[in-house]
Amino acid sequence: MNEIRKQFPVLNQEVNGHPLVYLDSAATSQKPISVLEAIKSYYELDNSNVHRGVHTLGNRATDSYEGAREKIRKFINAKSTKEIIYTRGTTTSLNTIATGYGRMNINEGDEIVISYMEHHSNLIPWQQLAKEKGAVLKYFDLEQDGTITLETVRNTITDKTKIVAITMASNVLGTINPIKEIAEIAHEAGAVIVVDAAQAAPHMKIDVQDLDCDFLAFSGHKMCGPTGIGVLYGKQALLENMEPIEFGGEMIDFVDLYESTWKELPWKFEGGTPNIAGAIGLGAAIDFLTEIGMDKIAEHEHSLVEYALNEMEKIEGLSIYGPRDPEKRCGLITFNIDGVHPHDLATVLDMNGIAVRAGHHCAQPLMKWLTCTATARASFYIYNTKEDIDVLVAGLRQAKEYFNDVF
Amino acid sequence: MSFNNLDQLYRSVIMDHYKKPRNKGSLEGDSVTIDMNNPTCGDRIHLTLKINDGVVEDAKFDGEGCSISMSSASMMTEVIKGKKAEEALELAEIFSKMMLGEDYGDKYDLGDVEALQGVSKFPARIKCATLAWKAMEKGVNEQK
Repeated sequence: MNEIRKQFPVLNQEVNGHPLVYLDSAATSQKPISVLEAIKSYYELDNSNVHRGVHTLGNRATDSYEGAREKIRKFINAKSTKEIIYTRGTTTSLNTIATGYGRMNINEGDEIVISYMEHHSNLIPWQQLAKEKGAVLKYFDLEQDGTITLETVRNTITDKTKIVAITMASNVLGTINPIKEIAEIAHEAGAVIVVDAAQAAPHMKIDVQDLDCDFLAFSGHKMCGPTGIGVLYGKQALLENMEPIEFGGEMIDFVDLYESTWKELPWKFEGGTPNIAGAIGLGAAIDFLTEIGMDKIAEHEHSLVEYALNEMEKIEGLSIYGPRDPEKRCGLITFNIDGVHPHDLATVLDMNGIAVRAGHHCAQPLMKWLTCTATARASFYIYNTKEDIDVLVAGLRQAKEYFNDVF
Repeated sequence: MSFNNLDQLYRSVIMDHYKKPRNKGSLEGDSVTIDMNNPTCGDRIHLTLKINDGVVEDAKFDGEGCSISMSSASMMTEVIKGKKAEEALELAEIFSKMMLGEDYGDKYDLGDVEALQGVSKFPARIKCATLAWKAMEKGVNEQK
């Protein structure tokens, strides 16, 4: 564990006089030295535009950029690099699907099904699409523990359903959804399934062929990579039939005065000079994660969550949202303490060097379902330890004491 | 943990306003209504103002949020009641200066509001404190 922590220079500092305890990886993860070095080395040695230069630097930049695409392909077990499109992040990926696929395939009266636990980025694009097309937006109901049953899935999806868009792991409840089973039900009804894997890709093994999902989106920055780079996976046949969203340089084949044609996949979706350093950084992040092993990462987080659930439940007045069974959830815990507003709690914890998230976590409909306006969230990654959780629990006790007893 | 740093932020007068908010509720009848929220964190305020002949005769608020946002709303309603509209706007400006840690003079007796001075040392929390004042500014300007 010390060896892993040493790879993250940012962790080695004091915040407000206390060693930093970073528990906000679900918002963004920290970056290991290998990722920082890969970006630095690209700018210092190979910086050049991709896919156009005849010169050596241009070739090196292109090789690294496309090499990273192959790493991503392997990471999610896609059939071909044609199915791996670089984007700015999950939000852009999901918007590209809603615009590029949705606009062409959704008609009046069609149904789009999402869930109450979606992040705004997997909710608003569908809301907009439904409004534009006169389609019906439906939601999977949640069980009391914040899970979705396959019975609900079967009862909600109908033969009018054309798109099912769902998160693989909830950024608030921590719930891991049964994507493979939901995909099967969606396909039986003739719908495609779009998977938001922003909170899943950093933490667990993903095999798009095994899941049989049609589209999948994730971000680099939550999985040890830099910000501003993300991935849109789509089955080749679906992507072939989609029109590009952005037009310009880099994505064209032939340009005439009144007509143009596009490059083949995946480049027809990558208009403009791409985030080359970001892609290379993401490639290095995937190397880093793969070397540790995704199964090992998932196992580590499960044990942290199990420990944290047990310790946090001992605090009187603390309520935890989402499933109690650590096997059903990813590495985050969202909670509230009676009488302490999450913002106040986050400030007290920050004074102790502990970084947690407070707010609505970009999931306002879910907050309404939970009947609260804000919550606090602690999220874990490979560099977190049981000691971090002990510090958190001590901080929570002190915050509770401070607000309930001092005043 | 020493509570020293926190005590700069959470003064007992703040917690008193949080736990026992003044002017809580909603004014009936002829009043200006302002609903504002803080989209990044979910804090929400519903403010009603009764302004007659350029004077803020009454103010009430409702809402949800942290101790800083709700106590600030409570204190704001106390200090603007009975003030001229122009004075209320000037107070909002003074409050902004206080939040930025700038010199805000001593033209007005700010009463309990002074207790919020410490917020300026917690940049992430300034938005919490200013929500109610922004709502008030909007309401008074609408009425002008």
